[in-house]
Amino acid sequence: MSANAWALLLQALWETLYMVAASGSLSFLLGIPLGILLYITRPGRISENHLANTCLASIVNAGRSIPFIILMVAIIPLTRLLTGTSIGTTAAIVPLTIAAIPFVARIAEGALNEVPLGLVEAAQSMGASPFQIVVRVLLPEARPGLINGMTIISVTLVSYSAMAGAIGGGGLGDLGIRYGYQRFDGAIMLATVIVLIALVQLIQAAGDRMQRFYDKNQ
Amino acid sequence: MIELKQLTKTFVSDGGNVTALNNVSLYVPRGKIYGVIGSSGAGKSTLIRCVNLLETPSSGAVIVDGQDLMQLSKKALRQARHTMGMIFQHFNLLSSRTVFDNIALPLKLTEQSKVAIEATVAPLLTLTGLEDKRNHYPTQLSGGQKQRVAIARALASKPQVLLCDEATSALDPQTTSSILALLKDINRKLKITILMITHEMDVVKSICDQVAILSQGKLVEENTVEEFFVNPKTALARKFVRSATHEKPVSEIEHHLKQKPISGSRPVVRITFVGDTTNDPLITQTARACNVDFVVLQADIESVGNKRLGFLMVEILGDEQATKTALEYLKARLKVEVLGYVC
Ligand SMILES: Nc1ncnc2c1ncn2[C@@H]1O[C@H](COP(=O)(O)OP(=O)(O)OP(=O)(O)O)[C@@H](O)[C@H]1O
Ligand SMILES: [Mg+2]
Repeated sequence: MSANAWALLLQALWETLYMVAASGSLSFLLGIPLGILLYITRPGRISENHLANTCLASIVNAGRSIPFIILMVAIIPLTRLLTGTSIGTTAAIVPLTIAAIPFVARIAEGALNEVPLGLVEAAQSMGASPFQIVVRVLLPEARPGLINGMTIISVTLVSYSAMAGAIGGGGLGDLGIRYGYQRFDGAIMLATVIVLIALVQLIQAAGDRMQRFYDKNQ
Repeated sequence: MIELKQLTKTFVSDGGNVTALNNVSLYVPRGKIYGVIGSSGAGKSTLIRCVNLLETPSSGAVIVDGQDLMQLSKKALRQARHTMGMIFQHFNLLSSRTVFDNIALPLKLTEQSKVAIEATVAPLLTLTGLEDKRNHYPTQLSGGQKQRVAIARALASKPQVLLCDEATSALDPQTTSSILALLKDINRKLKITILMITHEMDVVKSICDQVAILSQGKLVEENTVEEFFVNPKTALARKFVRSATHEKPVSEIEHHLKQKPISGSRPVVRITFVGDTTNDPLITQTARACNVDFVVLQADIESVGNKRLGFLMVEILGDEQATKTALEYLKARLKVEVLGYVC
């Protein structure tokens, strides 16, 4: 591979990292609270609210059922509103984030479901408010599960970000398609795939490590 | 200290309604240990969960330390819960926190300073014998140690009342007695009123002052523990007492028991000794005074609270007149039930 190709690869890696990191943190920031709401408003839970739960659940389900490629195109007006453009790496962050939020919410809800209800009850018996129960009991206890879930989401975002290349998002996927597929440059194609594999391994290893650190059950 | 007035709780579900508590009233005096015993599904957990309103009663009143809890706002109820500790069968410790942080949790909820938390938690670690486990996580502890952490945590907010739902049911007998001893110690040292839910009579026997039996949501009998052991009124109470004294039903001992005496039959009697009479040689005295003999079928001596209670099941051998005199002699001094007659 030429020096030029290496530069392209590095540039693409940087773009992928940027897209995944930005859409990842944004979707965790918005999706985890949504997951908490889903959890606490369920019947029999600390802030039971049937109407709110049904509404949230249908929005989340709808969000999860839209194919990413369609979502990307459909929300172009929103993307333009938020980033001033509908094309490019920064613009790709918007659909990536929006697509990830409902998944984050459901995975967060699932992690919270794993916390034994007895702990919530013990906290209630101590006079904890719903907010205190979330912050002091549910989140710390669900942390290993949350980390695990967020690792899965991050890996998924790597492959979604490759798709985002389709609307000029850049990144490793875009590089692979333009050079590897359209120009039959096998070396670059192979290099992007190797970098993608390494990236996913790295994310998974970091996630596993962090989960092990916080999981005091082992 | 704790007063439940005509408490009823009905669970409404698609599969039909379950009345878990049916018009239950009881009073737990300040500083006492009050046991509630009953078989599985009797409504014991529902009852204790109503005391701190983890479960909202369908009707009735819950009064703790003069406060009618059902009249309180959510915030005031949370405040009231700070004065009530609760421990559970399955401990319910936070797995992500150390022993110290678990015990400190109630104090963090009331935003206490680090210094104040250390000042409260350190003596609790000593009281519960956990000083060396301070920085351990719950998975590194045995069941008994976990329950000690749970007890320390329940005491951290300096409660007046401690609610225990089957606190020893997940523990082996030896650990059970050490936990019960700890609870008794807490009751004496800190003057905390304890409401204990259990299905084991041994628990009631070793630390409770008063006891109530719950059966199918109803409170069927209530008494001081001694009276309960000496004079159980209902069949269910007798069954629980016998389980604690390891007594077998008479029918298992004597197959040919008759209700009425016939000529030449011998009475089978159950004798209860209370307190000092357990030390008196009353059986041999009776044998000498009335010229009868005894065949011992079953015998047991238990300590209930700080009293000793003895149970003796005997067959009395002798001629008709002597047997009669012996029975009267015994009845004048002890509690005697004639269970039947054998030939
Ligand atoms: N949340 C609930 N919804 C419906 N029914 C319930 C609920 N909780 C308890 N019950 C029912 O109420 C009755 C009493 O239950 P409870 O848990 O109080 O019994 P218990 O005496 O504590 O039994 P155990 O010794 O097995 O713990 C049972 O028939 C149970 O099925
Ligand atoms: Mg129970």
